[in-house]
Amino acid sequence: MTDVMADRSAVGPDPEVTPGETRSGPRPAPPTQRQARRRGQLAAWAFLAPFMVAFVLFVIWPLIHGIYLSLTDQSLTGTGGSFIGLQNYSEALSDAVMWRSIGNTVWFTVITTVPLVLFALIMALLVNTGLPGQWLWRLSFFMPFLLASTVISQIWVWIFNPEIGAANEILSAVGLEPIAWLQTANVDLISIAIATIWWTVGFNFLLYLAALQNIPTLQYEAAAVDGAGPWRQLFSITLPQLGPVTGVILILQMLASLKLFDQAYQMMDGNSSESSRPIVQYIFEAGFVGYRFGYASAISYIFFVLILLVGITQMIVLRRRKEDS
Amino acid sequence: MSATTTLNEIDAPGADVTQVRRTNRMPGEKRFGLLRILAFAALVSMAVLWLLPVFWALVTSFKTETDAASGGLDLIGPSGFTTQAFEAILSQGNVYIWALNSLWTSAVITAITVAISALAAYAFSRLDFKGSRWIFLAVIASIIVPSQALIIPLYYQMLTFNMVDTYWGLILPQVVMAPIVFILKKFFDAVPVELEDAARVDGAGRLRVFFSVVLPLSRPILGAVSIFVFIQAWNNFLWPFLIINDTTLMTLPVGLQTVLSAYGVQYSQVMAQAVLAALPLVIVFLFYQRQIVKGVATTGFGGQ
Repeated sequence: MTDVMADRSAVGPDPEVTPGETRSGPRPAPPTQRQARRRGQLAAWAFLAPFMVAFVLFVIWPLIHGIYLSLTDQSLTGTGGSFIGLQNYSEALSDAVMWRSIGNTVWFTVITTVPLVLFALIMALLVNTGLPGQWLWRLSFFMPFLLASTVISQIWVWIFNPEIGAANEILSAVGLEPIAWLQTANVDLISIAIATIWWTVGFNFLLYLAALQNIPTLQYEAAAVDGAGPWRQLFSITLPQLGPVTGVILILQMLASLKLFDQAYQMMDGNSSESSRPIVQYIFEAGFVGYRFGYASAISYIFFVLILLVGITQMIVLRRRKEDS
Repeated sequence: MSATTTLNEIDAPGADVTQVRRTNRMPGEKRFGLLRILAFAALVSMAVLWLLPVFWALVTSFKTETDAASGGLDLIGPSGFTTQAFEAILSQGNVYIWALNSLWTSAVITAITVAISALAAYAFSRLDFKGSRWIFLAVIASIIVPSQALIIPLYYQMLTFNMVDTYWGLILPQVVMAPIVFILKKFFDAVPVELEDAARVDGAGRLRVFFSVVLPLSRPILGAVSIFVFIQAWNNFLWPFLIINDTTLMTLPVGLQTVLSAYGVQYSQVMAQAVLAALPLVIVFLFYQRQIVKGVATTGFGGQ
């Protein structure tokens, strides 16, 4: 950390905040000074130490070491490891497979985010009307979220089985042509998206439900007195109030979709196809199948930059919206 | 109350999703109006759609392999209802080991994560120390770092620590969850300082105050985040899949994945396996639905 940072955060002779005390709960100053302060620092670090050790070891250090690895030709087998500058990055940027993987990941994010937010909203609005059977609705929509990726992958591979799967049985029952869901280029990613929407919508549903509970009943009563019907109430009270929550859910959802790996890898049974391979799977393949740790690290960083770009853009948009309103 | 629902209000521990109010009806609106009937129909069809895949897995798991492989949408195959598939799976033994591994590693991950996060959150909330602000910012900023981008250097690190294919290699990298620190700090911020002051005046040290005053007050939020962390750990796939190669050390998701290709076309056995793996959390959910729903909703906005 730089000196500027240390200076700013140092406990200065600030009359407002007593050393050893908290920002959130100012109390009358205790009579002791320097010793108490030192003891306070020690206590603080005793509380922090376990988490910080793990944080530095398993987040900060890999983050830094990853940069170094990405500049070497390190292999998983232990050979290599010499410094090769930005070669990995220039190779990655001209690697068609990497760009295709990024394209797949972005496309997957697009086709999952909208339904995952929209379905969750509809489910939450319907459940929140207080219709009988609350217990059953929550179970139906949320239970898939509790299942491991392995379980949902096995279930959907079975449903999408081209010869005897339920999906094609239903299609042929209504007179449509069967589809080779996971064996057709470009359709495979959509099939994975369908399984993903079914699997994770329950999480967003719960977040919306929690937000709906927070809208004061009083507002509905006032609107009802003014003669607003249910539709009017929905569009002039409920939906506007859900705006900020929707922003948060959108961010969480897009970031989650960009990290696609588990179900894509397992539904394709490890055989990646050109049109279904997400970027995380390419990192995995470069590192653990091709043994190229240096190259895989470089792709990891490109992936990280993608996440940062999306996350920061969304936060800026969200903040601007908030300021506007 | 402000006009907009803020983030703070949502993940306040008080937000109980299970307490659905029944007053969205206008006064004088009919109990069985057309709108309500339509809403009910929509709800039922969506619920059926969402239950169908699991139901279909269940149906298949009680068929013979021949019936399953012949396809069709009948609920009971021509050869009748059978538990053959389950017997075959359970006689293979590994499923028990994997379930046990999943159970205890998830429990340990949850315990360590919540313990170290609570201590750190308390320091960030109540204790003033050099660099407190900046360290907290660094921890919060790390939420944006995708764990998937760290697998290569982390694996390399585990190689040098000799932790590949060990329980510690599986557990330790999973205990850092910055969102949990954030959520707990916010909770501690809202606890009145006066409660702690009383104990401090009586001569109790920081640690004493933390354990005898703060922790008992935090039981609901600790429960909520524990549920969340446990579900995450129980279902985690990528890291356990990378770090464990020894069949006897595998967790349930990883173990089941390895035998999937081994069974190949034995559909009813694969479905029986899926049903068995899903069972523990689903049973727990049936009994503790209220707590789980609340825990996930409370923790949810902290990030993933």
